[in-house]
Amino acid sequence: MMKNIFLAWIVGFSLSVQAAIETYQFDSPGQEERFRQLGYELRCPKCQNQAIGDSDAEISGDLRAEVYRMLREGATDDEIKDFMVARYGRYVLYNPPLDRQTLVLWFGPGGLLVLGAILVVLRIRQSKKALDEGGT
Amino acid sequence: MNRLMLWLPLGVFAVLVGFFFKGLTMDPGEQPSALIGEPFPVFDLTDLNTGERLSRETLPNQPFLLNVWASWCITCQVEHPYLTQLSEQVPIVGLNYKDTEKAAKNWLEKLGDPYALQIFDPTGRLGLDLGVAGAPETFLVDSNGVIRLRVQGEVNARVFAQKIRPRLDTIR
Repeated sequence: MMKNIFLAWIVGFSLSVQAAIETYQFDSPGQEERFRQLGYELRCPKCQNQAIGDSDAEISGDLRAEVYRMLREGATDDEIKDFMVARYGRYVLYNPPLDRQTLVLWFGPGGLLVLGAILVVLRIRQSKKALDEGGT
Repeated sequence: MNRLMLWLPLGVFAVLVGFFFKGLTMDPGEQPSALIGEPFPVFDLTDLNTGERLSRETLPNQPFLLNVWASWCITCQVEHPYLTQLSEQVPIVGLNYKDTEKAAKNWLEKLGDPYALQIFDPTGRLGLDLGVAGAPETFLVDSNGVIRLRVQGEVNARVFAQKIRPRLDTIR
């Protein structure tokens, strides 16, 4: 008895999880992998910070369906991304391409780190010099 | 040099405060549209009320607003009275987005129909081509069929005065 209840609970629970994201039939495991990867790289335009692959928003479902349709029609990953960017802007890419507009985004953090390191080195040298001078 | 360095942390702090202050007043849900300055997408759909075929060529050839709405959208109901008022100043084309014919018609019957045309887009195909993230959204399209502005969310007197009116005045 207890076992049956437990089983029903497990089955019921897994069903409700499955209902969150619709299932698709793929031509090949490679295609499925690309679908999964694109769902991870494309960002939901309505959400704060979620990929379309793990968002429950209506629009994410629509975009997943669109990705699926394009995959089945033989579109390349770049074609699918370009399609999304043409409609939803750069915002939909979690991995924006490197160009003038995204230069700061790509190199800003590294640049700041280098700048900080230079400042630290300068500071240490300075205090060393002051110490040496004070010592003599 | 050393004296100057003492001010550096304060300078960095001030820049950060500047960024954060700007960030506070920005709405992260609001994305710039990729379609500003682009021609209205090609489409082939029907009018919800008349059943006539609608395409890019049948859109008004004067500046108009395209309002994306659905009967399941609460905010659309909120902005409806204002749009009704606004339709006396500028033509408003409806884009009934991911809705059913019956629910949409009931909605218009109950709340009134201020729309010049009503594009019926049950699959959301045109919405997708317009980069619609969710209803309501409103686009300003000029007389050449070029998209000039996108407003996400409710259109009211304030949004019209601050965002739409200035753009509309430059293209009329």
